[in-house]
Amino acid sequence: MRLKTFLMTLGAAAPAITLLMAVPADAHRRWLLPSATVLSGDSETVTVDAASSNGLFLFEHNALPLSGLEITGPDGRAVAPNVIGSGEYRSVFDVSLQMAGTYRIALRRDQIMARYTLNGEEKRWRGTTADLDGAIPAEAQDVRVSRTDARIETFATLGAPNDTALQPIGEGLEMVPVSHPNDLVVGEEAQFRFLLNGEPAAGLEVEIVPGGTRYRDDARVQMLTADQDGIVSFTADAPGFWYFEAAADAGTPVDPRIDVRRASYSAVLEVLPL
Amino acid sequence: MKSVFFTAIGSLAAVPAAAAGLEVSVEIPRLSVAEYHRPYVAMWIEDDARRTAANLSVWYDTGMAREEGEKWLADLRTWWRRSGRSLDMPVDGVSGPTKAPGTHSAEHRGDRQPLRTLKPGTYRLVVEAAREVGGRETVTIPFVWPPRRGETLSADGKSELGGVRLTLKP
Repeated sequence: MRLKTFLMTLGAAAPAITLLMAVPADAHRRWLLPSATVLSGDSETVTVDAASSNGLFLFEHNALPLSGLEITGPDGRAVAPNVIGSGEYRSVFDVSLQMAGTYRIALRRDQIMARYTLNGEEKRWRGTTADLDGAIPAEAQDVRVSRTDARIETFATLGAPNDTALQPIGEGLEMVPVSHPNDLVVGEEAQFRFLLNGEPAAGLEVEIVPGGTRYRDDARVQMLTADQDGIVSFTADAPGFWYFEAAADAGTPVDPRIDVRRASYSAVLEVLPL
Repeated sequence: MKSVFFTAIGSLAAVPAAAAGLEVSVEIPRLSVAEYHRPYVAMWIEDDARRTAANLSVWYDTGMAREEGEKWLADLRTWWRRSGRSLDMPVDGVSGPTKAPGTHSAEHRGDRQPLRTLKPGTYRLVVEAAREVGGRETVTIPFVWPPRRGETLSADGKSELGGVRLTLKP
């Protein structure tokens, strides 16, 4: 009886669970860490580290490849990064800020995770959609391919903030700031709106973690749930760089090779003391 | 001390009414540190909602080529967020060079901007200092505008600022 009730509850909650299911269990945190986010002067340079890791913001796992880097300037135009290169644990690029306003620095990645059975053995393959053809042997069985469209972001503002670069794209999971992402201070409530394919991501679970994990015992992971309008309200209790992450089911895949399509979003936002 | 006070009032009384205004004096402490740079200092008046009602002075490195001294203006974090980031520096009558340790004062006349358009009400004078390779400190003094009588209000900083005095002149 108890089991039946549990299963019924689970059945009723199933759609919600697929939508809200956090990140795949084996995913590392992926982030773009800028050298500064609030800048003054007529022009400036922001240097950015791109890495995946468990600890924040530690260079301990992998460098993020920089293909798919998209930087949008305060006038909405693309800004070309100066790519320095990639090491074992991080990639580095500079962004030259030549115009006052807010820059959106985004890394878009599509990631394929395929599971299949070959000669009775369980196999896994990871890669991008571009490499998918031929990656899985024709004789493979129980093939299950999931694609995640990941958006990894950070922001920097020279002079007064503006929101031209922050307009929603309408694809995948994204954050549309209600509070400006470069105007965050300790103790002041900030709101962020999450959209999934351009629609409010109601009920989305967002993980928020302050940096500096190496120097504390408490993981300090906060899970916040987006309201009907996809809005999450958050008040930082300490200054520093904070990590935001969310993932959602992205609907029926158009590509016949893909079984499950998901979208993920992560961002690094800086909170200043005032 | 008392006599100094009365002398001040006496001298004020002799000045025509048009000279109503305020004077801000800021002490930049002499610090015994290995690497000393003069602090950047911003002074402004904010209303009860913390909106900037008047920018009085910003002392920064105005002498550098290509206005490179503006690079560190954002270190005056509170001022930068409240209004600095929206200004096109330098601003005439507001921008000024950094000051050496000691007491520096600046007078602002009530019949000139920015005080001429300051509406009657309660305000706070905010003085913020940020020093390269050093710290940051903010000192505030609440006051009422326009002043009904001459008086000097004061508050003391602990690290980057010494005594801050606000002299109101009716």
